[in-house]
Amino acid sequence: MSEVATAERSDEGRQEVESAVVRFAGDSGDGMQLTGSHFTMTAAIAGNDLATFPDFPAEIRAPAGTTFGVSAFQINFGARKIMTSGDLLDVLVVMNPAALVTNLADVKPNGIVIADSGAFTARNLTKAGYEENPLENDSLEGYRLVKIDMSRLTVEAVKEFGLSNKEALRSKNMWALGVVYWMYGRKRQASIDWLETKFAKQPDIAKANIAALNAGHAFGETAEMPAELGTYEVESATIEPGLYRTITGGESVSLGLLAGSLLADLKIAFCSYPITPASALLHQLARMKEFGVVTFQAEDEIAAAAAAIGASYAGALGITSSSGPGIALKMEAIGLAIATELPLVVINSQRAGPSTGLPTKTEQSDLYQAVYGRNGDAPMPVISVSTPSDGYEVAIEAVRIATKYMTPVMVLTDGYITNASEPWLIPDAADAERFDVEFRTDPENFQPFMRDGETLARPWVKPGTPDLMHRIGGIERSYDSGHISYDPENHQKMTDVRAAKVLGIANDIPEQTIEVGEAGAKLAVVGWGSTYGPINRAVNNMRDEGLDVAQIHLRYIWPLPRNLGELLGTFDQILVPEMNTGQLRTLLRDQFLLPAEGHNKVNGKPFLIGELEDAIRARLEK
Amino acid sequence: MNVQSPPEKLTARDFATDQEVRWCPGCGDYAILKGVQNTLAQLEADPKNTVFVSGIGCAARFPYYMETYGFHTIHGRSPAVASGVKLANPELDVWVVGGDGDMLSIGGNHTMHVIRRNVDLQILLFNNQIYGLTKGQYSPTSKIGTKSPSTPLGSIDNPVSAAQFALGVGGTFIARSSDILQKHLPEVLKRAYKHKGASFVEIFQNCIVYNDGVFKHFTEKSVQDEMQIHVEHGEPLLFGTDKSKGLILNKDEMRLEVVTLGENGITVDDIAVHDETNRGLATMLAQMDPPDYPVALGVLYAEPAPTYEASVHAQIAQATKDADKADLNSLLRRGQTWTVE
Repeated sequence: MSEVATAERSDEGRQEVESAVVRFAGDSGDGMQLTGSHFTMTAAIAGNDLATFPDFPAEIRAPAGTTFGVSAFQINFGARKIMTSGDLLDVLVVMNPAALVTNLADVKPNGIVIADSGAFTARNLTKAGYEENPLENDSLEGYRLVKIDMSRLTVEAVKEFGLSNKEALRSKNMWALGVVYWMYGRKRQASIDWLETKFAKQPDIAKANIAALNAGHAFGETAEMPAELGTYEVESATIEPGLYRTITGGESVSLGLLAGSLLADLKIAFCSYPITPASALLHQLARMKEFGVVTFQAEDEIAAAAAAIGASYAGALGITSSSGPGIALKMEAIGLAIATELPLVVINSQRAGPSTGLPTKTEQSDLYQAVYGRNGDAPMPVISVSTPSDGYEVAIEAVRIATKYMTPVMVLTDGYITNASEPWLIPDAADAERFDVEFRTDPENFQPFMRDGETLARPWVKPGTPDLMHRIGGIERSYDSGHISYDPENHQKMTDVRAAKVLGIANDIPEQTIEVGEAGAKLAVVGWGSTYGPINRAVNNMRDEGLDVAQIHLRYIWPLPRNLGELLGTFDQILVPEMNTGQLRTLLRDQFLLPAEGHNKVNGKPFLIGELEDAIRARLEK
Repeated sequence: MNVQSPPEKLTARDFATDQEVRWCPGCGDYAILKGVQNTLAQLEADPKNTVFVSGIGCAARFPYYMETYGFHTIHGRSPAVASGVKLANPELDVWVVGGDGDMLSIGGNHTMHVIRRNVDLQILLFNNQIYGLTKGQYSPTSKIGTKSPSTPLGSIDNPVSAAQFALGVGGTFIARSSDILQKHLPEVLKRAYKHKGASFVEIFQNCIVYNDGVFKHFTEKSVQDEMQIHVEHGEPLLFGTDKSKGLILNKDEMRLEVVTLGENGITVDDIAVHDETNRGLATMLAQMDPPDYPVALGVLYAEPAPTYEASVHAQIAQATKDADKADLNSLLRRGQTWTVE
């Protein structure tokens, strides 16, 4: 069973469905991301729960009409809790042949395909690799195909505004949106308001877009629609009352970093270098200057990490951010922060690797890099983000750990979470517990590496403080004094204390809980990061089928929660689904000598619920 | 009531730490260390507001010997670390110390960017034209033909000129001195300290073990008058014993020429006057090499410009002023929101 909606006829002749998955796909220039975000906003306002997944090409302006230039935006919205952006599509809207050929495989049997027949020209067909027009032969049998010449209808709808043909065609995404709004009985007002604000200075463009949106909607309403196309009703979901917004992982992490800095009473120095998909953080923090946030676009990844460390040394909250290849470049500097015991938050928006890999495709294959990826014995805490909104809490937690324990902390998020969005019940900032940093100012018995008895953290001293002048550096430091020490016994002692400090954090983080199910089940599905949604839905579905399975999802990767080994020991089998070749599985086997098995894939896309259900069944029905 | 005693004037010795200095006996770094300590004492610098940041190499041990705040970082990255320090606290006096390998090879990129951004730092490049700490390999400033463990038949790549590099990337203060010029060096360092922006000082420094005497063709007593010109803003570019030689600008060929006063009717009025705000002149001075020319020392170029960190904080101050109030709750609620009843 996958996330298939059950259907019944409602009174208005609309078919009621519990949830639906819609994907808009077209050329990079067709405005599919914008179309998707409009549909998302409208679904949210209609009270649906939802999850989205934008999927865009690595090339900024790929040649028009090519398969590698296809940009898509998927939304799963429903009257129930939505855990993923959806396995298979109920509706696929394609703006050209390339979008059809690259997305058709994801449409469920008998699903709806709405195609702009006007874009299925001989030239576009050739570019997509079609020998004949798939809209005109029987190749789309098994789908409900709706052919509409949206290009022509859009140009007609906006004729009165005197735009060129090219300009007029820019509105065809709004025409398509109008049709889908009609299909799901959605209100257009939020989009109209947005267009009027966005194009306030180009009223003709605003009017043309609104006209196209209305025309698409009217096209459906005035019964020009083919019978294949049904109309649907997705009721609002039961959602905790309160004030909501949609939030992407990029937004939640940047807001969380800001919140963390305020809770610690520190100013942020965010030092970064542009890289996909991590740049969103730099863009967002660069717009938070009124909070005293310093952003620094450094000359390279190494300089970004080094500058963040310099800022922390001077008493700011140094943060650096990147994706896998950039994190690799920063690692020597991160080692310096470990050695000199300075706070540093490192955000890693993982992407498919190795090397450049697939920059716009998601993966969670930097766990090894985060936990093990430095020269020497160089332990650092690693925590992970599970959903687009989860980044807020995780980023705050990273700031707390980094400043309390005087250590770099790596936050693992990924390209999927960074770009995907979900509704977020907006917290009250005043509810969060403060963790104000206290800088050392007392010269009495001061030694730069004299540790706190409980946390083993050394004191943080701002340059500028009288009578506390001292020197720190990457050469091994003498226990307490921090002077250069080549003494082998001292190195042993310092290596041990660095490890003990980081492992001790396990006593300062929550015990691991079970997300779904009970301890002692036949199978525990253990995940981390952005696989939360599909694992959660798959485990719930399998439990509905009567299988004895539980879900455990880790936020803390290093150190692991103190009760995790004992908890995992209660299950007969452990399955670790990951979008890598088995990195958490290795860690769990290593730490607990447990026979954890993996379910692994690296095709650049999030797990489908169905494939996880199959993996669970395979272990419980053998 | 607290009785404020007048602040005690610090001496050079007050800027020395209790750590044993571990450079090779006779290393030029000792003289530079003394020169810097003297400079800070003369400037009445405040040790608590002074930070020394270094990378890796012999020169980079420098912070351990300064009774100030100090950060010995990683190879080549000191300009980046120092930039972070200044971004976090522009009030600190930050000095960056490194060698030619650290700053022009592995860290060349950072050196370029910290100079072009004009971060308010004193950047001291100890140029000894060799890798000392790794035991004598040639460096990016080594002359072609330098024999070293990694170039047994002599190095074959063109060296970089530190001062020309700094000028080329838009430096706002470029100066030169030498380890053995104990009077000249503190004067140059004081100018560097007073300049707001990235003050780049190339200090010719003798590595007694791996490259001994590499600068003797212009630093030895017997040749120094003839082979060094100490430039001063607004003063004619004279050098040589009894200041009998000078530089004139050959305007047809757009280059400097060495002339002797009294020969061919040349008088001091014909001699070019140093203008430290003239980047073209500074470049020509930086290009001069013995034996045809003397080595130019002193402040080759100085032109005030806004510092990077000041501009960063000016933007923040403006944004803070423009916003009614920096409030996290309203930021969290910015944009489209909706209420679920």
